[in-house]
Amino acid sequence: MNVMNLINAFPGAIAQGLIWGIMAIGVYITFRILDIADLSVDGSLCTGGAVCIMMMQAGFNVWVSMLVALLAGMLAGLVTGVFNTFFGIPAILAGILTQLGLYSVNLKIMGKANQAINVDKYNLLVSLRYIKGVSLIKNTIFVVAILILVLIGVLYWFFGTELGCALRATGCNENMARAQGINTDKGRILGLVLSNGLVAIAGALLGQYQGFADINMGRGAIVIGLAAVIIGEALFGKLFDNFAFKLFTVGLGSVIYYFVLQIVIWLGIDTDLLKLLSALVVAIFLAVPTWKKRYFTKVKKED
Amino acid sequence: MLELINISKTFNPGTVNEKQALQGVNLTLEDGDFVTVIGGNGAGKSTMLNAIAGVWPVDSGKILIDGQDVTALPEYKRAQFLGRVFQDPMTGTAATMGIDENLALAMRRGQSRTLKVGLKKDERDNYRELLKGLGLGLEDRLTSKVGLLSGGQRQALTLLMATLKRPKLLLLDEHTAALDPKTAAKVLQTTDEIIARDNLTTLMITHNMKDAIAHGNRLIMMMEGKIILDIKGEEKKNLTVEDLLHKFEEVSGEQFASDKAILG
Repeated sequence: MNVMNLINAFPGAIAQGLIWGIMAIGVYITFRILDIADLSVDGSLCTGGAVCIMMMQAGFNVWVSMLVALLAGMLAGLVTGVFNTFFGIPAILAGILTQLGLYSVNLKIMGKANQAINVDKYNLLVSLRYIKGVSLIKNTIFVVAILILVLIGVLYWFFGTELGCALRATGCNENMARAQGINTDKGRILGLVLSNGLVAIAGALLGQYQGFADINMGRGAIVIGLAAVIIGEALFGKLFDNFAFKLFTVGLGSVIYYFVLQIVIWLGIDTDLLKLLSALVVAIFLAVPTWKKRYFTKVKKED
Repeated sequence: MLELINISKTFNPGTVNEKQALQGVNLTLEDGDFVTVIGGNGAGKSTMLNAIAGVWPVDSGKILIDGQDVTALPEYKRAQFLGRVFQDPMTGTAATMGIDENLALAMRRGQSRTLKVGLKKDERDNYRELLKGLGLGLEDRLTSKVGLLSGGQRQALTLLMATLKRPKLLLLDEHTAALDPKTAAKVLQTTDEIIARDNLTTLMITHNMKDAIAHGNRLIMMMEGKIILDIKGEEKKNLTVEDLLHKFEEVSGEQFASDKAILG
């Protein structure tokens, strides 16, 4: 148990945490703003990675590839949205259906279960090789941090517009939204499109970072996203009320999640158990508000 | 202003829970009519308002607002004509958004939502003035989350939102029923003031016969999905609770059963 090993692993944890932070911000949009748990992200994360890697292999520029990955993710969100609204399928099931469908789609995009991309042959935006010993501008941590800040800025602007406010109202109170003339079906579809677009960008970055896209890369992504949202809220929720800061804390939550993960790995815990641990941690954090209400509400005594 | 032509609605058709909630309702409101609606539980009062608002499609009949057939329009599209306040104070506002943001949403009722700023700075001053008129001190809490407000404050705010853009028709669905008597009276007074100020055409459901008599220029009573009484003009002005009970027995051939409707 060499402490240096742990410290050496931290930059990688930060980079990965930031990439997953983008994904978690996508989850925040559906889970917190729209108030639905969208499981299609497990599929659309891989879609983003697969599209990006295949496009780059075909010789497209990294930005073009990421843009197409974004559009592919948005399309996945659109499908879930249409399932949920036009088909009238409950949100969770709609997400599961999209996720399952995307498994085949992702296989078809890649042609096989995984596709690699060589950092030496392609001009990648991020890579685990770009963490130490590269210029700041090329450093993955720096690049993803800037990207997150830009995305937060764009989302902050968007959710302040008439359309963004309508979307927030839709998530908060559909009856009220409709009474104010807001098309709530459209709002939900738009939220899912936005969210899955962000998730696909995270997938595209993750594919580049690890040097390959894999059919299973999105498995459990929703749980990591939720963990990041919840950790961010639990640690910093009381500090910030501003929407941009809230998104920022989601990104921080993700970084902290990967820090903890590194420590757990360093402690020598069987890595096969990691997903079980993540699931349990998220389950417990999700239970906190319920437990607080049920067991820790003080009944005021009459004097 | 509003025309209901032979509106019918049956819930859960073909099941044991089948309920003929509206059975051929006909109603015409003149511009500026303030109609109070009374009737026992399950009489179809709320169903009628929801049919007008388009919460679900009706089985048959036609709904015209200001001469325009809205029968096929979805709820969110009809919203451009309607201001609505609900019985549950939680229903009319977005709890996690600020007072100013809620008002801004209401200000854009009937407009398509674009990528323009959702709440302009100069709007706030306007909202502050309007909130002052409610006399609840909300003008000093403009950016507070609506979830922090009391039920009465939320209803007053919802009322303001419903009338912020002058609606062709104001629908009030027992909007004071969930409030304590003092707050209810205050909200009802505000309601009267706003309706008089803007000369709004209004349908107001109430459980309270005295309120139904004291407010508005016309009173309708519903039973079993039909309008069984329609009192207007001089007759409405001179109406007493006794008259109303008497008329009810005449029309329905039974005793008015609901104590709540009498005493409420």
